[in-house]
Amino acid sequence: MIDTYWQLLASAEGGHSDGLIDRLKSTIDYLCAPEYFVTLTTLLLIVALLTYKIWTKPKVAGLIFAAFTFFYVASMFDEDFFKIIKKPDNVPITMMIYFTGFCTWLGFRQAAINDDRMKRGEPLLESGADDKVLVWPDLVYTELIALVLCTAFLVVWAIVLKAPLEPPANPTNIPNPSKAPWYFLGLQELLVYFDPWIAGVLLPGLIIVGLIALPYIDKNPRGNGYYTLRERPFVISVFMFGFVIMWCVLIVLGTFLRGPNWNLFGPFETWDPHRPAALLNINVSDVFWVVLPERLALSWWKPGLPDQPFLFLPAYLVREAPGLVLVGGYFFVLPVFLAQTVFRRIYREIGFVRYCVFWLLLSWMFIVPIKMVLRWLFNMKYFVAITEFFFNI
Amino acid sequence: MGLFNAVGNYFRDSQVWGSIFRHGVPRDRRTRAMAILSNVFLHLHPVAVRKSGIRLSFTWCMGGLTFFLFIAETISGVLLMFYYRPVVEYAYTDIVGLRAHVTLGLLREIHRWGAHAMVIAIWLHMLRVFLTGSYKPPREFNWGVGVILLTLTLLLSFTGYLLPWDQLAIWAITVGSNMARATPFAGHEGPGAALLQVGGVPLIHGGSDARFLLLGGTVVGPGALLRFYVLHCIFIPVVVSVLIAVHFWRVRKDGGISGPL
Repeated sequence: MIDTYWQLLASAEGGHSDGLIDRLKSTIDYLCAPEYFVTLTTLLLIVALLTYKIWTKPKVAGLIFAAFTFFYVASMFDEDFFKIIKKPDNVPITMMIYFTGFCTWLGFRQAAINDDRMKRGEPLLESGADDKVLVWPDLVYTELIALVLCTAFLVVWAIVLKAPLEPPANPTNIPNPSKAPWYFLGLQELLVYFDPWIAGVLLPGLIIVGLIALPYIDKNPRGNGYYTLRERPFVISVFMFGFVIMWCVLIVLGTFLRGPNWNLFGPFETWDPHRPAALLNINVSDVFWVVLPERLALSWWKPGLPDQPFLFLPAYLVREAPGLVLVGGYFFVLPVFLAQTVFRRIYREIGFVRYCVFWLLLSWMFIVPIKMVLRWLFNMKYFVAITEFFFNI
Repeated sequence: MGLFNAVGNYFRDSQVWGSIFRHGVPRDRRTRAMAILSNVFLHLHPVAVRKSGIRLSFTWCMGGLTFFLFIAETISGVLLMFYYRPVVEYAYTDIVGLRAHVTLGLLREIHRWGAHAMVIAIWLHMLRVFLTGSYKPPREFNWGVGVILLTLTLLLSFTGYLLPWDQLAIWAITVGSNMARATPFAGHEGPGAALLQVGGVPLIHGGSDARFLLLGGTVVGPGALLRFYVLHCIFIPVVVSVLIAVHFWRVRKDGGISGPL
């Protein structure tokens, strides 16, 4: 990896006159490989959650906003980046980045203020329950203004930007890459790591079920009806990880960094359809039955996938036994261990049934980044690969 | 100004005005309360709300804007239905016609950008409700209704994506609907589907699985266009409308805009 990095730098320097900018671009391209992009944004989120009292200060936030906008606008001078940005259906992504950023700031800013106030024993921003105002005029006028502004915004947007219309549908001409609508690109990105039945059916289903189940699992009575982080740090951290990283960041990844053949391209790279595809990925069963005995070179353990049934177990179960043990341990043993250590308090608060649901949702949420990391580090394809029944995890 | 007021008073004192608005000009507490109570649309609101609850920095107004965008989508969508025929022969040319023949036409733009804006607005509404802990008791059920509404909004946008019948449309829908093929048990490439067979004859195959149900065929073709059209224009909007009613009703019943207990 380091080698490719230096090759990139070298080629950038040799090919163009403007060395510094190109070097910067190729550094960013390099950092946009998902192993860095997702890891860095996750680290950024963790830092943001820890330092929410600092970066939400209007001056600091304004500076971050200005710096990001400068970077974003400057990037538009790059042909390849601008090509993606200017696609009419990608304009909402720019809006999503800015609106999500702004609203996250707005929420955490008030959380920071509230948390400070609670520490000092002062009333919350939202307190004053008996302080009522009439809906006419105080609310209806706000609604009217919001409605007028929203209409104006929509009309201006509609005048400035034409709705896209490509050539008529042609079932024989498959565009490369074929992308889902932008709001589903996060799910499409999951297809790189999981089979469709997990990425396209199970995980979306669990997102919906998980969100609905949230109020029944989160038994923490505090933080009801006002912005705070200090009173519910765990739930907010997990939710923000899911929303910002596993949803928004993956959408950005799918939009800006996925090109022909679903290959990865830096934001400033030209989409070259002839770039070679990724290398071969291996299963846990290959690692256990082939790679491991080869490395160990034991006389009694010959490398090779088992293809004979053992006792009452069919051959595919013998072959996938290591993966099944891993997955089983993750789903069924780990929660028991966690309930006695890290999640001890949570388990005591929410009880057995809720804890089971909690773990079902949490384990599936975190199997996504776990598998991503394993793919990046070891080219791991499947934990369990029972291709006979399309049952691959 | 004198004339202006005189004309205003003339109309307000007329029998027609009095028959529509059962209260005087909303200038004091009583008439302002009446303005909300005696209007079928405004009475979605309570008469009075907590002052902190309607601060823009608290609500971000995103739920309201989502609702407004839904209405804007409904109106522009109905207008678009006048010009659009959901059959393969005409769908694309109707969109081209809409673009080529209507001077200063903004209908499709407003509909498309409104849809994108609605998706963003509803996410941010969810983020706000989450960050303020407003899903907590007594609002658990309404949060669930909101999650279903969010899902339906995405599905509305997704089904609408196919209708222009251009390259962008069919391939985005092909990518999306291919997932259904892998539904456990119900998709012919899903895990467990092979187990569902009678005497060696598979029950779940390409012509009988979840994807077939969605598309009305094995590929994104005429059947899919018609199904997505009906889902997009009738089925999902009706379900959404009902759920919006439930959602708003429950906001009121669960204590209005949330605030510290």
